[in-house]
Amino acid sequence: MTGFMTSTTSPAPSDRAPTSTTFSRALGTAALVGIGWLIVFGLFLSPNDRVQKKGVRILYLHVPSAWLAYLAFIVTAISSAAYLSKRTRSLTWDRLAGASAEVGVLFMGITLLTGSLWGRISWGVYWVWDSRVTTTAFLFVTYLGYLAVRGLGGTHHQRARRSAVVALLSVLEIPLVHFSVEWWRPLHQQESIANGKLSGLMLFSLFIGVVVFTLMYVWLVLHRQRLLAMQDALDDHGLEFAIAERREEAVF
Amino acid sequence: MDSVVQRVVQPVVQPVVALVDVVAVLGSFPALAGASLSVNRGEILLLRGPNGAGKTSLLRLCAGLLPVERGTATVLGCDLVADRTSVRNRVGLLGHSNGLYADLTVADNVRFWGATVGASQHEIDASLTRMGLANRLADVQVAKLSAGQRRRTALACLVARRAELWLLDEPHAGLDATGRDDLDVTLRSAAAAGATVIVASHELERAGALATRVVEVVGGQVRQVAE
Amino acid sequence: MNTWRIARLVAAKDLRVEWRSRVVLNQVLPFAALVMVMFAFALDNDTVLTRVAPGLVWLATMFSLLVIVQRAFAVETADGALDALQVAGVRLGGIFLGKAIALAAQLAVLELMLLAAAIVLYKTEVVADGIVLLVTTFVAATTGLAFVGTLYGGLAAGAKGRETLLPLLMLPVVAPVLIGATRATEAALGTENATPSDGWPWIGLLTLFAVVFGVGGTLAFGSLIDE
Repeated sequence: MTGFMTSTTSPAPSDRAPTSTTFSRALGTAALVGIGWLIVFGLFLSPNDRVQKKGVRILYLHVPSAWLAYLAFIVTAISSAAYLSKRTRSLTWDRLAGASAEVGVLFMGITLLTGSLWGRISWGVYWVWDSRVTTTAFLFVTYLGYLAVRGLGGTHHQRARRSAVVALLSVLEIPLVHFSVEWWRPLHQQESIANGKLSGLMLFSLFIGVVVFTLMYVWLVLHRQRLLAMQDALDDHGLEFAIAERREEAVF
Repeated sequence: MDSVVQRVVQPVVQPVVALVDVVAVLGSFPALAGASLSVNRGEILLLRGPNGAGKTSLLRLCAGLLPVERGTATVLGCDLVADRTSVRNRVGLLGHSNGLYADLTVADNVRFWGATVGASQHEIDASLTRMGLANRLADVQVAKLSAGQRRRTALACLVARRAELWLLDEPHAGLDATGRDDLDVTLRSAAAAGATVIVASHELERAGALATRVVEVVGGQVRQVAE
Repeated sequence: MNTWRIARLVAAKDLRVEWRSRVVLNQVLPFAALVMVMFAFALDNDTVLTRVAPGLVWLATMFSLLVIVQRAFAVETADGALDALQVAGVRLGGIFLGKAIALAAQLAVLELMLLAAAIVLYKTEVVADGIVLLVTTFVAATTGLAFVGTLYGGLAAGAKGRETLLPLLMLPVVAPVLIGATRATEAALGTENATPSDGWPWIGLLTLFAVVFGVGGTLAFGSLIDE
């Protein structure tokens, strides 16, 4: 297969490991080690919260997930803008936007789920109608819509243009949703994270969580983006055969 | 002289259509697999060929509706690879569908399409007359018309739009004898007034008599036919 | 042809189509009224109904919006008219504005009917102090909804699975309008001791929404419908 990897940054995937390279393997290892560390600190070494006791440990999953979900959304938005700008038009940006959105929707779901569980444990409710939670839920549904639009078909560039525009419209929409919900149900004091003081060790564990999840995000997006590149290349490759077959019709 | 198809005062780049090794895809299917075509101004070109050969795709590509995947395509001096939309409003396409609003009357439709290019009421009336619709049919809702009458309405809309390049996909289909005669006269006047006409048709005898040149479309490519 | 002339042309055409076919009048308005009745079946409590009437009016508006938007674009795609508009080189921003204007007009009629239904079915009372706020709310919300509807309707038009895609894309986006319009309407009607002055900040949000999607829509519409 010639040339299809030229648009991505890293060289030389092999047949046994089609989307991994030295860099991604190192990254993956670091992420795994980090996850181990996070588990140790999050589940064992860090102290229980005075009020929430063991329940606070969900935060070590919830906060990094939320961070990752929002990071993914920002990356999708920036990549979409990069695709639309004539100077940097390249399908790599489109595939990055798509890969980031897929990872983002997964972690947005995890954020909502863990948040819901934490709310149940801490205050007895699965859901609150405040701006943070509701906007996150809307972001989740918006992601789903974005991914549906990506699946509409057409040439690679048609897909890219359509979904890039939808992504940017979503960027416009999110502040509107946030502020309307904020005015509707202002953030109640008791729901704020800065409720009790977080001990140093807890903060440290959260910090590890954020760092580790960022590594994980990069690793996931890297692989997914390469996979998308390969799928696109396969489509193009398939085109060669299809063209040859088509031309056969003319020969008799 | 026929005032309906008066036209085109600005100089036109020769040839009007220049396609070289064009590949165009519908989804993942290569409708055009290396088609080359050159059409000069004032020609009436007939595209013949089996169903599925790519005639419709060729017409749609020239109208700027189908993206050019490979090759070069220049229509009316506009590079379709760089910007498909640049050729729009100078081209008229009559495809398999008619582009009509079924709830509106014949006159409403022609008036609307004429208005998109700023045609005057006189030109619109003339278009209706040209296609034999300047009678009680003009106030009938398109939904109530027969297929042939709808086709005539679509042609009247096309006439009102004063295009420089006419792209017609099976225009004779569904028309009665009078309708076909009207169509042929219209196309000849258009070509005489400086427009270029490309017709895809199975009606080889009639279209053959109308055309100044014939090519064969098969397997997504264009083959010249010995006259 | 400049954008405003195209917009007027397209808006007139859309309204004429509705006038002749009366689909919104005969099908969507009854649907909306039916929704209001079904809310009463589901909520089964007069006090609650009066309390939530503003919300129900806007909720019914949102659901009807989906139907009207699909109709507006079905008219275009039924006979390939949208393609024909693009080939005609008609400015897409003009098409967007024109369809949005027509959509807004139809929405306005719908909302008036829903308000009347609320007065009749839910014992809503309109107070004199709140009239200005009420009218402003309806105008601001309708404008925003018309822009969003036209934009996403264009995207979903002609796409496979479009019926299910439109609600998924549109409802999250119109959420701010639902929240803002309901709160402002409650303030205008004096529900739960709200006063008109509580409502005006929401008008700011609704106006911002309308401006964002008016401008954004005019720019983005072409990219979303272009094949």
